[in-house]
Amino acid sequence: MLEIKNLHASVEGQPILKGIDLKVAAGEVHSIMGPNGSGKSTLAQVLAGHDAYEVTQGSITLDGKDLLDMEADERAREGMFMAFQYPVEIPGVSTMEFLKTAYNALREHRGEKEVDALDFLNLVKEKLALVEMDLAFLSRSVNQGFSGGEKKRHEIFQMAVLEPAIAILDETDSGLDIDALRIVSGGINKLRNPKRAMVVITHYQRLLDFVQPDFVHVLVDGRIAKSGGKELALELEDKGYAWLENAAAAAATS
Amino acid sequence: MSSSTDTQTLHDVANQEYKYGFITDVASDSLPPGLDEGVIRALSAIKKEPEWLTEWRLKAYRHWLTMEEPHWPKVEYTPVDYQSISYYSAPKSQEDGPKSLDEVDPELLETYKKLGIPLSEQKMLSGIAVDAVFDSVSVATTFKDKLGELGIIFCSFSEAVLEHPELVRKYLGSVVPYSDNFFATLNSAVFSDGSFVYIPPGVRCPMELSTYFRINAANTGQFERTLIVADKGSYVSYLEGCTAPMRDENQLHAAIVEIVALEDAEVKYSTIQNWYPGDKEGKGGIFNFVTKRGMCKGDRSKISWTQVETGSAITWKYPSCILKGDDSVGEFYSVALTSGRQQADTGTKMIHIGKNTRSTIISKGISALNGQNSYRGLVRVQKGAENARNFTQCDSMLLGDQCGAHTFPYIDVRNPTARVEHEATTSKIGEDQLFYCLQRGIEMEDAVSMIVNGFCKEVFRELPMEFAVEARKLLSVSLEGSVG
Ligand SMILES: Nc1ncnc2c1ncn2[C@@H]1O[C@H](COP(=O)(O)OP(=O)(O)OP(=O)(O)O)[C@@H](O)[C@H]1O
Ligand SMILES: [Mg+2]
Repeated sequence: MLEIKNLHASVEGQPILKGIDLKVAAGEVHSIMGPNGSGKSTLAQVLAGHDAYEVTQGSITLDGKDLLDMEADERAREGMFMAFQYPVEIPGVSTMEFLKTAYNALREHRGEKEVDALDFLNLVKEKLALVEMDLAFLSRSVNQGFSGGEKKRHEIFQMAVLEPAIAILDETDSGLDIDALRIVSGGINKLRNPKRAMVVITHYQRLLDFVQPDFVHVLVDGRIAKSGGKELALELEDKGYAWLENAAAAAATS
Repeated sequence: MSSSTDTQTLHDVANQEYKYGFITDVASDSLPPGLDEGVIRALSAIKKEPEWLTEWRLKAYRHWLTMEEPHWPKVEYTPVDYQSISYYSAPKSQEDGPKSLDEVDPELLETYKKLGIPLSEQKMLSGIAVDAVFDSVSVATTFKDKLGELGIIFCSFSEAVLEHPELVRKYLGSVVPYSDNFFATLNSAVFSDGSFVYIPPGVRCPMELSTYFRINAANTGQFERTLIVADKGSYVSYLEGCTAPMRDENQLHAAIVEIVALEDAEVKYSTIQNWYPGDKEGKGGIFNFVTKRGMCKGDRSKISWTQVETGSAITWKYPSCILKGDDSVGEFYSVALTSGRQQADTGTKMIHIGKNTRSTIISKGISALNGQNSYRGLVRVQKGAENARNFTQCDSMLLGDQCGAHTFPYIDVRNPTARVEHEATTSKIGEDQLFYCLQRGIEMEDAVSMIVNGFCKEVFRELPMEFAVEARKLLSVSLEGSVG
């Protein structure tokens, strides 16, 4: 499904990603961990097509299609979804309107006609239940005045409505209290299916207790320093990142 | 977003062509270009005006000759040659005046249809009474009878002069005196037509009253004059919409709107201004130099201005409120969009005279491409205005980096009990917001339009429902090709 080869990317001339290789197959959940500033969000933004980031080398394909050739909105319509680490507020635009516009853009891309207002309302109600959000949120401006936890839930809710082929979740667990974490991870689990891939960026094992990954990768200084199964996350919980950072630094200088 | 994509999108939006640029081919009766006392007498005679009005016009004209064109607004334009303008143009078929829609020149009706003006029978059912001003003469007034039953007068200004001279004479120039300012004085001398509204005491006008202005004939300046009088305890909501055909020359539009609200009366005046803005290089387009002012004359009266300004090469207007009655309320809600080479210098004046008077100003300026947008506002609290309150919020949004936004708030408080609050923000359209939308699959153009519409929401919600929908569409169309 998603194939990243030797990906290098920089921002404002500063190299951040320094050669990433990653394959994510349909149905898999990959977790990406790593110290602050190691480039996890950068990887997510590059995948989503934020053009503040310049890809200097390498390739990204989704189902064989060259993603680097596409603008962010085209990628989204091809099934790429990113849950933002910091969801953005859009004053004056109702959440309902925002989501309906996005939903219809996807439908148009698939050659389907605009969704009927009532059908959409029913769909939305069903998906809201997944993350235990109230219908009242939909009449509020996008993310405006949402609490940190509500913003994160809202991201997962959008994923539920837009049903992407691949979802990159950037620290969707941070800032959640224990109940919200259970709700959000429950939502994520319900959206797992054999056709959908997920890349879950997190710092905490506690999310991975709920959402069990098939693979765990550790990003250090723009490279994947180690990959493994879900037990790798436990090992990190135990040992921290220092041993990998030292190894990565040694590898970089050798 | 890289700046190159942004600029590209900006360009696409700006390249959107003006959709209402057609010229109606009807023979028109015009006075030859030029202005002197003879022209004014001729104009007044054509309109069969009473002597007092002819004299009033001449007084204004003589005063105008002593005045200088103002240059303080932050706009630049080639000087207007007042002698090259024709001061009267009426579609020929109007000589006898149509008695009903059937008598109206079909081509005029076609024009209105293109503009989407609800003039036909079925559209009348939508509950909008329209007084359509085509060049200088009001061609069709609908719903007059129904309104008449309530004692409401809604007719062309010319008709009001003949039918209701006592009302016109009492209120004409009472809010905007003939000597007010260069363009208002010119208008007072040569005004052609416009609308007149009178709502009797205690009557709530049951429908939106609406006028569509349209400048058609080449080289005719349009000088409408609108007068709205809301008697004690009455209410009216009035909508003005405008469009003009595409021409290479600039056309002057120097209008006046006067509103008088007596005790406990409320007037809501909404404008959607979509005059031809000129082409991308700034050729052609309307000079929209307008004086709009309302007087809250009676206690507890209220006047509310809402404007959506997307057209004109140059917009220069300050719909204002004189809050004379105690506890009276003035409001100004404005969206001004300038793209291409458009320039706007707009805002309001709130003059607090009575006790416990309150005013609210919400201004949203949007600049795209090379557009220049200035908010200019005055809040004055006179000595006797105990406990006056004002809240002002001016937000500017820039789309791209070739455009400009400027804010000139003037505050003049002469009473220590006054409370005046001012908030201002200027922001570039958020790249984060755009990316968020794009990441959900929304195209750039739709994203821009959605974000800008959101930015204007506080103003749009003041518009009557159907016009809010129209305003949103208009904004999206004006933005097509212009942002990122
Ligand atoms: N737009 C930008 N401008 C300048 N520097 C940036 C930008 N985006 C990222 N960086 C830098 O790139 C590096 C990687 O940042 P990134 O956000 O990808 O880290 P992260 O792994 O997600 O960290 P965290 O765990 O704190 O979220 C950091 O040093 C950051 O300062
Ligand atoms: Mg991050």
